[in-house]
Amino acid sequence: MAGTIAIKNGYVFDPLNEINGERMDIFIRNGKVVTELSAAELKDAKEIDASGKTVMPGGVDSHSHVAGAKVNVGRMMRPEDHYKSYQKKTPITHSGSGYSVPSVYLGGYEYSKMGYTTVFEAAVPPMEARHTHEEMRSTPMIDMGGYLVLGNNWFLMRYLKEGDIEKAAAYVAWMMRTHKTYGIKCVNPAGVENWGWGENVNALDQANIHFEVTPEDIIKGLAELNEMLGFSMPVHLHANNLGHPGCWEITRDSLKIPKNVKARPKDPNVEWAETKINPQRHESVYLTHCQFNAFGGTSWRDFESGVKGITDYVNSHEHVVMDSGCVPFGEATVMTGDGPAIHDLYVLTGNKWSNTDVECECGSGVLPFTYLKNNPVHSVQWAMGLEVLLYVKDAWKSIMTTDSPNGGPFIKYPQVIAWLMSNKARQDTLSECHKWASDRAGLAGETRELTLNEIAIVTRANAARTIGLSHSKGTLGIGADGDVAIYDINPAKLEVSDYESIIRAFENAAYTVKGGEVVCQKGEIVAIPEKKTYYTDITVNAEEEKKMIDDVKNWFKYYTIGFSNYPTPEKYLANPTPIKIDAEV
Amino acid sequence: MAEVILRPTGNFDLTVEAEVVTPDNFAGKNAQEIGKLLVWQGPQQLPLTDFFEIKGNGGISAQDTTIIIDGNVSRVKRIGEGMTAGKVHVKGSTGMHVGNSMAGGEILVEGNTDSWPGMEMKGGLLHIKGNALDHVGSAYRGSWRGMTGGRIVIDGDAGNQVGGGISGGEIVIGGNIANFCGTRMNGGLIVVRGNAIRTVGAEMTGGTIVVGGTIEKFTPGFMQTAVESNLKFNDIECPGEYKKFAGDYAIPQKGKGVMYVSAENNEDL
Repeated sequence: MAGTIAIKNGYVFDPLNEINGERMDIFIRNGKVVTELSAAELKDAKEIDASGKTVMPGGVDSHSHVAGAKVNVGRMMRPEDHYKSYQKKTPITHSGSGYSVPSVYLGGYEYSKMGYTTVFEAAVPPMEARHTHEEMRSTPMIDMGGYLVLGNNWFLMRYLKEGDIEKAAAYVAWMMRTHKTYGIKCVNPAGVENWGWGENVNALDQANIHFEVTPEDIIKGLAELNEMLGFSMPVHLHANNLGHPGCWEITRDSLKIPKNVKARPKDPNVEWAETKINPQRHESVYLTHCQFNAFGGTSWRDFESGVKGITDYVNSHEHVVMDSGCVPFGEATVMTGDGPAIHDLYVLTGNKWSNTDVECECGSGVLPFTYLKNNPVHSVQWAMGLEVLLYVKDAWKSIMTTDSPNGGPFIKYPQVIAWLMSNKARQDTLSECHKWASDRAGLAGETRELTLNEIAIVTRANAARTIGLSHSKGTLGIGADGDVAIYDINPAKLEVSDYESIIRAFENAAYTVKGGEVVCQKGEIVAIPEKKTYYTDITVNAEEEKKMIDDVKNWFKYYTIGFSNYPTPEKYLANPTPIKIDAEV
Repeated sequence: MAEVILRPTGNFDLTVEAEVVTPDNFAGKNAQEIGKLLVWQGPQQLPLTDFFEIKGNGGISAQDTTIIIDGNVSRVKRIGEGMTAGKVHVKGSTGMHVGNSMAGGEILVEGNTDSWPGMEMKGGLLHIKGNALDHVGSAYRGSWRGMTGGRIVIDGDAGNQVGGGISGGEIVIGGNIANFCGTRMNGGLIVVRGNAIRTVGAEMTGGTIVVGGTIEKFTPGFMQTAVESNLKFNDIECPGEYKKFAGDYAIPQKGKGVMYVSAENNEDL
């Protein structure tokens, strides 16, 4: 029977069910986790002996740049990223190339090799939604979705300025449905719009040009809209001033803005997997790549880690969850909706760069970047990314990412896991780094080592919970999707000082199971599964929606495309999976 | 020293990717085993014997192995790619990418080469007796990290992009070159005995360029600092009087590159 499998005797880590390394069996029938299989079913089912191995839900990456216009610019402007890094086709896989920005097929395979089964594209400019969906559709092995960039949107800024929150809500709901995207992304609010005039904003109360809204207005507005509409995930924030020494303060102050916005995720009428822990989020903001938003000091000369200022705040408040944006050293390609941040990096490095103004909506930029251990700033950034995850006391407040490929490509996750689990791994790397890594950050004195259970939280359970997917992802509870990662790690014999073995185990999962089917085995792709594309479909007041659409049509004269060509039809999605929310209830 | 002789016999209508043709790969193999090495032609991987008649066995190590290509292989790419020791002697012309990223040993080409000879080369000697096309010793497309060591000698002319992004090693061109020489270079030495058209040293941030002939259109971001005579860079001699310039001042890392231009042939500078 397809999608039916028994995984026997593994050490299971399912944090959403408080299962912490218990030896047990996992059964999957027709792609879903079940309590047991009948004797007849067992006879036909594939059986995996997972004894001496670690069993986790399939990995969930809630923030990665893997599909769309700027990702493709990262490919096109970097032939040198491809010619030494390629894979041949096999009877079932496509060929592919690219180290920091792999081609779509290769990206899917590489995620699957590490045991990941779900990945969300971090930034979808509305006008580029079709392109993003075309690439997501062609990315095999993983279920996907994308966040819609709305932090500098002309319509929203106007509605927020006029205080027309009803129309703004109708607009957000309509945009999500139109572009088949999943949640709200806010990048350098008010600042990217100013970049169209060669400016930025550098304070939360600084109004931008023409629209005269402040970053604070936008963050507050989007957080409120997010909860009015009952999105499954909190508003996803890339704070202002990113990448500038001292930016940690504006980041902390940005996190204060949605403090009093109460999280109200609406139940999206789906079958929920059984979980012991409340699978719904209670946070009203999801900060992304904290490391890039946590620079301390006042200049590059007195640059230092500002992570503690943010983690102290996060540790004492319940409305924030964040991902780390770790820097694992080596080749990266920096790509973001924050155009001015890319220009600043160009001025700093002299590297080739690209910038785009996405008409009435947002912007973006791309630049190749190499993180070096002997570079003082880079070595501190490496320490900072790990500090984010080690300083946050409750792992349920953090998610492990590299903001791939900004801090480094996602294929470096196993290395990041090793640093988190092994103080020796960190100390060994510290000894190879510029001394700033020890002097300008607190990492050297941090002895915490994350457990396998905490790794399962920051790499799948909390990523899924944060974006509201724990009805089917990030857990092995009954009813969840049959996505499982089995690693060659025996928790009973694990010596974290032997961190090379941790890296090897997470690089190539012993088995990656997707929908109850073994799709990857020890680094070899053995099956190409069906994939899903999630998006959010919110029903709002029809009257409000009609009034809002009149506005949009009226302003569409400023676009270079026709209104009828604007939406992304469902045919662009692989197995479109709408999360239906009724905002009127 | 063991000699392996490859005589081209095959159909080269589609170019052949022959990165396996290196002393490192031939060492320790007899003629039969060498013949079984695979090369790409279009979408197919085919044995070397489909293209060459092979005589002689490889030596014990790359160091002891000399490969003689007895004929014209201008449709064969990547000969000597990544080689670390030994010799390759091509009696005719070669295709693109000869001596790509080679790290040691010696390649001698009696005829001409296509583009990209010695791309991202790290060490050794690549000597081309005829002419070369574009990208001699330069970085791969999109990269700014070219040759880092070794020496490329071209007795004839070369095309565009000589030494793009090089940071070490030496390139000596006996004849003329076209546009964009030493673009983004940050170390190493480029000597051009003949003329250049334009954009010599554009965006250079280090290293030295010597042009013995005339530069048709001089790069604007350079300032003259001195006049020097009879230059000598180890065993490379450049007789005559040279105007010395610093540049490129057009980019933020200002004026750390050095360019010498023949005084006699560039009177108007």
